[in-house]
Amino acid sequence: MRLLTREALLSFRRAPLLSTLSVTTIAFSLFTIGLFGLVAINLREALRGLEERVEIVAFVLRGTPAETITLASQDIAAFPEVQDVNFVTEQQALARARAELVEFKDAYRDLQVNPLPASIEVRMKQGQRDAATVDRVAERLRGFGFVDDVRYGREWVQRLDQLRNVTGLVGLVIGLAFAAVAVVIIGVTIRLTILQRAREISIMRLVGATNWFVRGPFLLEGAIKGFLGGLLSLLLCYAGYLLFHDNGGGPFGGLIFFGPQQMLLILVFGVLLGLGGSLVSVGRHLRHV
Amino acid sequence: MIRFSHVYKSYPNGALALKDVTFRVSKGEFVFLTGHSGAGKSTIMKLLFAEQRPTAGEVRVSGYIANSLKADEVPKLRRRLGVVFQDFRLLEDRTAGENIAFALEVTGARTDTIAARVMRVLTQVGLSAKSRAYPRELSGGEQQRVAIARALVNDPAILVADEPTGNLDERATRGVFQLLRDINAGGTVVVMATHDLDLVRQTNYRTIELREGSVVYDSAVDEADTVGAQ
Ligand SMILES: Nc1ncnc2c1ncn2[C@@H]1O[C@H](COP(=O)(O)OP(=O)(O)OP(=O)(O)O)[C@@H](O)[C@H]1O
Ligand SMILES: [Mg+2]
Repeated sequence: MRLLTREALLSFRRAPLLSTLSVTTIAFSLFTIGLFGLVAINLREALRGLEERVEIVAFVLRGTPAETITLASQDIAAFPEVQDVNFVTEQQALARARAELVEFKDAYRDLQVNPLPASIEVRMKQGQRDAATVDRVAERLRGFGFVDDVRYGREWVQRLDQLRNVTGLVGLVIGLAFAAVAVVIIGVTIRLTILQRAREISIMRLVGATNWFVRGPFLLEGAIKGFLGGLLSLLLCYAGYLLFHDNGGGPFGGLIFFGPQQMLLILVFGVLLGLGGSLVSVGRHLRHV
Repeated sequence: MIRFSHVYKSYPNGALALKDVTFRVSKGEFVFLTGHSGAGKSTIMKLLFAEQRPTAGEVRVSGYIANSLKADEVPKLRRRLGVVFQDFRLLEDRTAGENIAFALEVTGARTDTIAARVMRVLTQVGLSAKSRAYPRELSGGEQQRVAIARALVNDPAILVADEPTGNLDERATRGVFQLLRDINAGGTVVVMATHDLDLVRQTNYRTIELREGSVVYDSAVDEADTVGAQ
């Protein structure tokens, strides 16, 4: 065990440049994935706030009897996608308008006839707020005879959805490209170490070292590099996060960072990356020694 | 201990290194392998410690059948053999003692026993005072003794030596050879390939001579025949 760790750590001294390069590429790979991941989780957070407010408003034809609307409201409330339904009468709509639009207070007070229609406000359940579901429910609302028009923030729901998906995807693609580069560089480092140590390895074999014993230090070396790369990427991500977060107040005021589970995931991914790179290279090159 | 039955060995480049080689080595024997350069001596050695597999025929070493050895059995076989080469194969960046300890560390020996075992074999080869010397600080004969000590440290049943005196002057050769004889006297089988016919003639150990991959003389078989014919 001591021999194993000693050999693994020695590689940093034997090939300091390449080892640093391996760690840095792993860090960049995970940094890219991490950065886009941060944007994605913050977008998701932002969306969650906005989605709270996702509601469909169905305007009711003038003169519809109150009972019809009440019954319909109960029907709508029973839709599996719907969280709650709120009926706003013409008077309530007017009162709201007066309260919210202070500038027009006078205009509304002098009105003889209330110009505002009654409406049914429908809020969607959590997890049902994506564009497709909202579309479907809106369509069903249109089916009621007394419904004049249906409005909802369909456009931006869709766009935010897309934005989030695209961000995640772009991050993943760039991150994976970096990951591939990292695997190649780790492979080259290990190939070099194996060539450097060919004599030592052949002597190890001669005196009866098992294959895993010979491989062990290389795999450990890869795993350590992966771990260091993961750690470095988290630091970089955190630096990036602070850069925006510290401006406070502004549009980025409420930014969040990875939770402990997500950080662990990044570290694990780094270790796997390093391990994978060395496993491939060790398998290929050790055979020829 | 060792049994070759109709062994053929051809290398990937087409060279046929061994042709129908059959012999058997029993407990306690000392065997010389002789023959011209390229006759196949080293190939027999490589088959013994499973660096190469026979193309046809069967190689048995210390209870293992080398033909069908699984990857995880090769190290087990090698721990029961000691192997010594002409070029010593010591690690330059380690002292004599560390080189020997390396063979124990690599096989997962208990750390607290290593120092004592290293000292024991160093004493056996007469180098207990040179434990801290690096290979470059040792003479060829001394380096070969360190290599032999490393081969002995796992208490092998068989010691395989491929021209162990090939790089040594006469005096060092005599010393190393005497050491191998002592080891054999202790019960270890020794198989030694050599060009040095003087060495072979000095003793009446069994001799197997190869020519172009075939056994052309085996003192154990041919002398028995000669005696029988008379
Ligand atoms: N790895 C190899 N690949 C291809 N051919 C080989 C290989 N090793 C040995 N040979 C060939 O096999 C034949 C026997 O070689 P081997 O090394 O066994 O001879 P040797 O008796 O040990 O010779 P020497 O006394 O010079 O050491 C030679 O013709 C050699 O060219
Ligand atoms: Mg040879």
